[in-house]
Amino acid sequence: MSAWIAAAGQALLIALLAPIVTGVTRAVRARLEGRAGGRIAQPWRDIRKLLRKPPTSPEGAGVFFSAAPVVLMSTSLLIAATVPFVSTAGIAGSADLIVVVGLLLLGTVALALAGLDTGTAFGGMGSSREMTIAALVEPTLLLAVFALSTRVGTTNLGVIVAAGASDPAAVFTPASLLAFAALAIATLAETARIPVDNPSTHLELTMVHEAMILEYSGRDLALVEWASAMRLAILLGLLANLFAPWGVATGTTWTAVVIAAAVLTVKMCGLATLLAAAEVYAAKLRLFRVPELLAGSFAMALLAVLTSYILA
Amino acid sequence: MGLTRKILKTGRVAEPAARAGEVLPKAAGLSGSVQVRHVDAGSCNGCEIEIGQAFSPVYDAERHGARLVASPRHADVLTVTGPVTVNMAGPLRKTFEAMPEPRIVVAIGDCAKDCGMFAAGHGVTGPVSDVVPVDVHVAGCPPEPARIVAALRGLTGR
Repeated sequence: MSAWIAAAGQALLIALLAPIVTGVTRAVRARLEGRAGGRIAQPWRDIRKLLRKPPTSPEGAGVFFSAAPVVLMSTSLLIAATVPFVSTAGIAGSADLIVVVGLLLLGTVALALAGLDTGTAFGGMGSSREMTIAALVEPTLLLAVFALSTRVGTTNLGVIVAAGASDPAAVFTPASLLAFAALAIATLAETARIPVDNPSTHLELTMVHEAMILEYSGRDLALVEWASAMRLAILLGLLANLFAPWGVATGTTWTAVVIAAAVLTVKMCGLATLLAAAEVYAAKLRLFRVPELLAGSFAMALLAVLTSYILA
Repeated sequence: MGLTRKILKTGRVAEPAARAGEVLPKAAGLSGSVQVRHVDAGSCNGCEIEIGQAFSPVYDAERHGARLVASPRHADVLTVTGPVTVNMAGPLRKTFEAMPEPRIVVAIGDCAKDCGMFAAGHGVTGPVSDVVPVDVHVAGCPPEPARIVAALRGLTGR
């Protein structure tokens, strides 16, 4: 199988799977709250309907507003294609940690600029909050994976995951435990989940992610929601493959790839279930307490790096 | 631990699904996904309490594919309650205009239809249909949550 076809297939898999992962989190949450809840495929129905509706543009909005959904979607697709989710062979070799974090940040910045571009009070407020959070989250993302990269001596995600897949027991060190905790908190912040942001809030004053996309509608909104779901799936997949690297294919034979894709689906849905269950027990943090949480996760990531040098 | 015990003990509080309403032909393109934006155009808040109940765990309109959203730009359906007051006529019209096509208006409660007991009040402009075109009307003062859910099911088709 050609490496490029494999990469395109992986991007397609993540794109198709992402709304389902969001649907799983909503379904689990609904079940724990005693509700019947929507179907797991409901996010797909929402996206399908939105794609059919024409977008509207607020008065005076410029190129940043119209470009952000495309930038967000293309960065998400690029990450989904290159990061070793299914197989560590192929173009996964070009998935460098710093590039991946940079692409994630590019999407975040594009959306924050779009929020400012609308000229509404809530859009600007959401953007300023998102930048505050992003400035604290990106270093944590970088450091947490650095702790894992010291074991193999490279920041290439393909090599890190391949090393884990060939010897999964070696992954469980004190350093990787700390790195996992740090990366999990960074994932919550990056994907706008409780306790940093509430994905189902209607109160403009508590919004972060939602405040930036208030002015989007139709196809543009579909792209933003789809890409946001993909970012959640990407970070959950990254967590799963870095800290539970079982089932990741090391070659590109059809059987290995199909099994790896199935295992990835199960791992992602499992993590989504855990995430939703944890959210039921947690309340959203007051905005001024969020930096404390993120500073804590950064400290854990730093300790993880130190530990990986001292104990290795 | 307290919360875990409560979750296990409470179980599912959602009641069996209410009867479905008639399916509106205009809503066929929404195919099972309806985002709702609500505007209180001057209601006594009785209808708001019932709408809140329609989306509560007991009646759970979300299982039929309806969801309340924070922005008219995200919405397919506008729910309006109350007689439209002079001060709310403008914001109601603006909210309607901010929604992308196709847009459906659901007037909820008797006041939204004929101003109810507020008819001829000095601050009242008129019923909702004087300001924005109404597609569906839910009768009642206030309407039961089950009727609101039935009307929403008529839009989602599920």
